[in-house]
Amino acid sequence: MTIVLEAYIREKREKKDILLMTHIVLGYPSMEASMEIVAQMVAAGVDLMELQIPFSEPMADGPVILKANQKALEAGVRVADCFKFAKEATKRFEIPFLFMTYTNILFKYGMEAFAGDMARAGIKGAIVPDLPPEEGDAYLNAMAEQGCHPVYIFSPTTTDERMELLSGKGSGLMYCMARKGVTGKETTFSHDLDTYLDRCKKATDLPLAVGFGVKDKEDVAYLKGKADIAVIGSQTIRIVNEQGIDAVGPFIRNLQ
Amino acid sequence: MDKRGYYGEFGGAFIPEILSATFDDLVAHFNGIKNDPLFWDSYVDLMSTYSCRATPLTYAENLTNHFGGAKIYIKREDLNHTGAHKANNVMGQGLLVKKMGKTRVIAETGAGQHGVATATMAAKFGFDCTIYMGEVDVKRQRPNVFWMEQMGATVIPVTDGTRILKDAINEAFRDWVTNMETTHYVLGTACGPHPFPEMVSYFQSIIGKEARKQILEREGKLPARVYACVGGGSNAMGIFSGFLPDAGVTCVGVEAAGRGLATGEHASRLCTDDASVGVAQGYKTFFLQDDDGQMKETHSIAAGLDYVGVSPILSQLHVEKKARFESATDEEVIAALKLTMQKEGIIPALESAHAFAGAFKEVGNLPPDQCIIINQSGRGDKDIFTVADAFDDPQWKAFIKEKAGDYRA
Ligand SMILES: Cc1ncc(COP(=O)(O)O)c(C=O)c1O
Repeated sequence: MTIVLEAYIREKREKKDILLMTHIVLGYPSMEASMEIVAQMVAAGVDLMELQIPFSEPMADGPVILKANQKALEAGVRVADCFKFAKEATKRFEIPFLFMTYTNILFKYGMEAFAGDMARAGIKGAIVPDLPPEEGDAYLNAMAEQGCHPVYIFSPTTTDERMELLSGKGSGLMYCMARKGVTGKETTFSHDLDTYLDRCKKATDLPLAVGFGVKDKEDVAYLKGKADIAVIGSQTIRIVNEQGIDAVGPFIRNLQ
Repeated sequence: MDKRGYYGEFGGAFIPEILSATFDDLVAHFNGIKNDPLFWDSYVDLMSTYSCRATPLTYAENLTNHFGGAKIYIKREDLNHTGAHKANNVMGQGLLVKKMGKTRVIAETGAGQHGVATATMAAKFGFDCTIYMGEVDVKRQRPNVFWMEQMGATVIPVTDGTRILKDAINEAFRDWVTNMETTHYVLGTACGPHPFPEMVSYFQSIIGKEARKQILEREGKLPARVYACVGGGSNAMGIFSGFLPDAGVTCVGVEAAGRGLATGEHASRLCTDDASVGVAQGYKTFFLQDDDGQMKETHSIAAGLDYVGVSPILSQLHVEKKARFESATDEEVIAALKLTMQKEGIIPALESAHAFAGAFKEVGNLPPDQCIIINQSGRGDKDIFTVADAFDDPQWKAFIKEKAGDYRA
């Protein structure tokens, strides 16, 4: 069960130099709009998606995603709505979906209930940036029980030793932060990044997804041969803000 | 891979991966000073020369006579440099920053006292300094914003979320995950990921050590009760730590009841059933949150108590019934402030006035051969605008209008 996501990524990679994973905040600008954005992204060739369940204290997110979280909550989005959305999205679209959210959402829901409902909704795994493995016993057990992937994050400050630990705890893929800081800021794609990605590759056999500051065709091209997946986060939210939902499809198509 | 910093089920370190190494380094340095027999003395020396520790324990004779119960003593953290207990923690962390070789400090602030203390420490030790402060608090604690800026700090108003203390903490973390190589985050209260609750309480324990010695010298016995206001819980942890092992002493934490507990517009996490256990801002404790785990808006007249979470150490003391938690409304706090000024010539901060209000409700019922200590965590000068509004003082309003006229001219 645990190799489902990995197998999917490997298979797709045979046909594509690099896969695309996108990130949206559920309920921003509205639940209907979120579904329309997913539809456009899938039609434009996105390979995986992160669905963020909004949280009032998104500590690891920068201004763009933070505002989207706030707006979604102001509009009344509940966790139950996100599960409903997930069920519908996984039914309608073939690609794998992951949840991204913060610890408290899982904790309040109950780790076992959350993982169970996730699995029933067809969600393949979760990224929870404020839940390090040290605090993750209940989470890891619940995810394993349901055959869902706990996805961990490598950062440029992560030591080789710790990378191995994280790799051992996680499954599905490894999420590599391209730089320090929060989501949504510029990243310089440079030699330092190459050295870091080499370290990541040595530390794990899991497919590598690189995110934080990946925003255009050049960035995606740069990552070819260095990573399996390029993650586009804040940029699609910016596109929606500035050009509307219909600009999402063309934007994604232009990345590849 | 150890679970660290737990107090019963509370505490922990729910930190993003990017800060993992930074926290390892911080924990190592903190353990270093804790185990260094010379460190505490050097800290006390700094606090007794740069500030005026030991702060006095004042016998409040007029208030005692007014209530006709136990003798009332006031621990005078208002006389600490920068006017609050916050400097104890900040100077301690400042010494740690020097050891870690970092050159920049950042901090959140609610009331502005922690921001002022951090700006002061940065000026003295030669660090760059950025302070995050909710937009709502920038408005209600303007005098402190002025002083922070005069001491060379950059004050950044936070316009996201509820625009108060918790939002300032989020912004400080966002800065830290980008700049941790040069920067230390001087968290201002006994909250957040390990080692902050323990570390902040460690530095604040200077209050309790002094108070215990002072009351024994004065009265030859321990107090029946010790009162402290509870925002994040640092001044409470500071004074409680001097008395917790003593079964005869009841530690009473006073939370903000705001417009009344029944209105829901308050910041009382432990003395009500409105809060539940959750994980946010890097630690597990009681939070005022909804069923989904979204944090609620809080209210208190005192910016420093207007916070959704509370120290995990206090949560554990609450669960174990080793400390008692009560609350005081905005209105009760204003009345307590007025009485204290008029009877004793002492101006407590609005935060501290919660401890006074809590004590005033009970002290008349205690026999005169007993004594209590109220921790006056800070002085009230910063609250001049809020208090003048609460008193609806016509002279003050006339003055402000005239001053505004001068600026316009
Ligand atoms: C004077 C004063 N007292 C109390 C507090 C509350 O903090 P804590 O509960 O950490 O002592 C503050 C916080 O800003 C403060 O400025």
